[in-house]
Amino acid sequence: MNNLIEIKFRLNGKETKVKVKPALLLIDMLRDELKLKGTKPGCLEGECGACTVIIDGDAINSCMYLAINADGKEVTTIEGLGSQDNPLELVQEKMLEHGAVQCGFCSSGVIMTIKAFSDKMKASGKTPTREELKKSLEGNLCRCTGYVKIIDAAEAVYDDQPS
Amino acid sequence: MCFFGGFAAEKNTPLFFLRPPEAASKRTSYFEHVPNSNKMKKELKYIGKAARKLDGKERVTGQAVYGHDIELPGMLHATILRTKYPCAEILSIDTSKAMALEGVECIITANDIDVNNISYKRDHPILKKGTVNCERDEIAAVAARTKEIADKAVQLIEVKYKVKQGIFDPFEALLESAPRINEFGKGQEQFGNKNIAEAFHYEHGDLETEKAKSKVIIKRRYTLPRVTHTCMATSNITAEYSNLNGRLTLWSSTQVPFLYQRDVAHALKMDPSKIRIIQPVIGGGFGSKLDMLPFEPICALLAMKSGKPVQLLYSREEEFIASPTRQAMVIDLTTGASENGKFTFREVDIITDNGAYTSWGATTPFVMMQTFSSLYQIPACKFVSRAVYTNNPFAGSFRGYGNPQATFSLERNIDVMAEELGMDKAEIRLLNANYKGEVTGQGLHYKSCGAAPALETVIEKSQYHKKARAPKKGRYRRGIGLASMLHVGGGAKIYRSDGCGTTLKLDDYGYLTIITGSNEIGQGSETVLAMIAMEELGIERDKIKVINSDTDVKPWDVGVHASRTSFVAGNSMLGAIKLLKEKLTKKASELLDVAACDFVYENGMMRFNEKEIKIDKVVREMHFTPPHELCEVNYFYEPPSQFQDKQFKGDVSASYAFASQAIEVEVDTATGVVHVLDAYVSQDVGRVLNPIGLQGQIEGGLATGIGYALTEEMIYEQGYLKNPNFHGYKLLTTTDMPGVHFYPIESGDEEGPYGAKGASEAPLIPTAAAIANAVANAIGVQFFSLPVTAEKVLLALKEKQKTILVH
Ligand code: FES
Ligand code: FES
Repeated sequence: MNNLIEIKFRLNGKETKVKVKPALLLIDMLRDELKLKGTKPGCLEGECGACTVIIDGDAINSCMYLAINADGKEVTTIEGLGSQDNPLELVQEKMLEHGAVQCGFCSSGVIMTIKAFSDKMKASGKTPTREELKKSLEGNLCRCTGYVKIIDAAEAVYDDQPS
Repeated sequence: MCFFGGFAAEKNTPLFFLRPPEAASKRTSYFEHVPNSNKMKKELKYIGKAARKLDGKERVTGQAVYGHDIELPGMLHATILRTKYPCAEILSIDTSKAMALEGVECIITANDIDVNNISYKRDHPILKKGTVNCERDEIAAVAARTKEIADKAVQLIEVKYKVKQGIFDPFEALLESAPRINEFGKGQEQFGNKNIAEAFHYEHGDLETEKAKSKVIIKRRYTLPRVTHTCMATSNITAEYSNLNGRLTLWSSTQVPFLYQRDVAHALKMDPSKIRIIQPVIGGGFGSKLDMLPFEPICALLAMKSGKPVQLLYSREEEFIASPTRQAMVIDLTTGASENGKFTFREVDIITDNGAYTSWGATTPFVMMQTFSSLYQIPACKFVSRAVYTNNPFAGSFRGYGNPQATFSLERNIDVMAEELGMDKAEIRLLNANYKGEVTGQGLHYKSCGAAPALETVIEKSQYHKKARAPKKGRYRRGIGLASMLHVGGGAKIYRSDGCGTTLKLDDYGYLTIITGSNEIGQGSETVLAMIAMEELGIERDKIKVINSDTDVKPWDVGVHASRTSFVAGNSMLGAIKLLKEKLTKKASELLDVAACDFVYENGMMRFNEKEIKIDKVVREMHFTPPHELCEVNYFYEPPSQFQDKQFKGDVSASYAFASQAIEVEVDTATGVVHVLDAYVSQDVGRVLNPIGLQGQIEGGLATGIGYALTEEMIYEQGYLKNPNFHGYKLLTTTDMPGVHFYPIESGDEEGPYGAKGASEAPLIPTAAAIANAVANAIGVQFFSLPVTAEKVLLALKEKQKTILVH
């Protein structure tokens, strides 16, 4: 029951060691044990995307992912974006510029989804179409914005890309 | 966002049933109480230009602290035990096994607490004993060291029930033979039927004469579903109690902190001032946080009994089951028109499913009647509505406050009427549209009115006529529909005050702190207030702080509802700025040795002709030289609206918002799926304050409206919710959104800040009607109920095929 397993992974660029129960969900490890509260619990049922984090480049729902499976991986949460000198990354800037944030509860998840997708696209030198961008964000529910501005922000991330 | 009824202190009677001692005081317009009187003509630097959200950075970095993120030292976690059956007698409750569980600190049932019933009808016990009346009912609550322990303990509580047959249909509940559902309901005494929770009756004009004049009379029944807010952050509260001074602190996501403070106090039999409400960042409101609900005093009671802070967070399933909904209702609407298409009368009879208890939602007819009586010119109107107790969960308030339902029936009805008359659907609306200067049958005075311009705009921009007349053939058929709406745009005088207080502090370094009564629930009110300060005082954005989340600190405000915040808080802000400027002017004139005059405020400077001085220097001089004053002011703005009389007549809002939508859809006749292609939205917003914020409100509202039209429905069977998750309850996603084309109408309201009026509820109100009208245009099938699901479309197409074959 109380068997703790030690896992090692890179969290927001730092080597991290944590002892966790085998059944612990990644979202609970992040929020409750590591106190990284930026990852949001919208449903805990894999339906809303508010809890999205990036693992080895892929956006995943941290409420559907066991913490122990992060062992050996690279985990990025919303707290891992930006830096001390430059607190906002491009995606975050674009979200603000395009008014894509209202209550903001979905925003961490939305930003991580856009980030993972755009990193992949940029690595392969592609600029996605608006339809592809919509598809990439289909798993992120937002009740406030009606998505238009979120899609605008996602699109604007590629503004400086040669198309 | 929404309306609510106010209380008379002595009686449980909403204030709008009482004739006010004196009606509205003298009108003062914005231009009178703000210095630069030709504000509308003045070139504005910030107002009307896109501004980023003031509190946006915290929200995009994960640093904003929502209720779910609060952790207090020693905090316990709570879980509520809800009833197993929607209608039953409780025979016994045994908490002993749960109490024995390691880590459980406190358990409460109805027998352990001394409290008052809640809701404006006082018909809702916080914890139930004797009987349970709906799936949501709270029987006990546990506070434990961890959430897991609390969840487990709840399972160990043994409740014995005697199950009874519930009543889930309001029409059945109205029958003489039906049992009384809510034992605290006063329906028999007040309305002649034990199961009526609330009733409204309104009329104007001579109905019979108008009926006689009518060439066409259309009568239809409209059936509206139960839908819910699904705020992305589930309901939450954290409570802390100090037995040293008897003070209770609640971190709550209420939209109406001062009314909430009073409601919690009444529930817990405390002095309101001993309760401090702190609002963490709120993950969506939309009207759901207008009522105080049982979980909130329950959490407070657990904190008071355990002596430790307690947090209660809803799971998503619990959020679906136990948070408020929009009213399900049946609307019987009869309308008439003369030969030339002038509307003659409307007769409306509404039954709303109140559910087991009463919330502010029961007062939605107050708003609905305005749509029937005043959206278009109408010589006679009769409106009756009854909210009926059932064993369904109780409805609450939801963005639009009854208006999406009313507008659906009315705007569908107009299309049917136009067809009957052989008239153009755009033309009949324009013919009957209201104009500036109109005082409607209900007494609403349209000092500004963008009704016709909004309609004309969407008709033109959407190429309505061309699309409506295009041939409808093939598998994918396109159609276009129109609908309009009216909603209050300058608050609503329902409570004894509809005002908002503002305190401004300009400090020795030229930084401005705005302490406002109004609340930020994601809609962008902080940003608008900061923009006003930048415009009027020439202070840069980085030097402005907004404090708005603590009832111990901020001045009074009635809360976020009725699309009132920009209007009322904006005017309050302008009033406070005027006072601040008086102080600054006096000192600066002295320092610059000029006669007291109108200074220009720019880039942190005050300027008069060639002379100028830094604003912070003026403040320091004020502070450090005799007579030693701080540069701080307080202002309270009360809008000049009126209480309505017992007949619901009167100019209830300081301003009214009008909007029209033309929506184009494509129906796949093979699958029944309705796809919304483009939405043309035109809305009278008075004046655009922050275009980017406004556009966000339009798009967000529209998305909720499309969901209401096509996909969202809470499915109940025998009082149990069958789809309490996002898998079964379909919200729109990115791929469902149409192209949104927004055309604001700037009618320049004389009372509104810079001419602005409330805007945020309107965009979802006409959407479902416009979509159903578009579907009718595309496939020739008239839908009188929502949502228009693929199944319903397919079924209707089959029926239609049959009738074609038969005839
Ligand atoms: S919280 Fe993980 S998908 Fe909703
Ligand atoms: S901004 Fe509120 S849920 Fe997306």
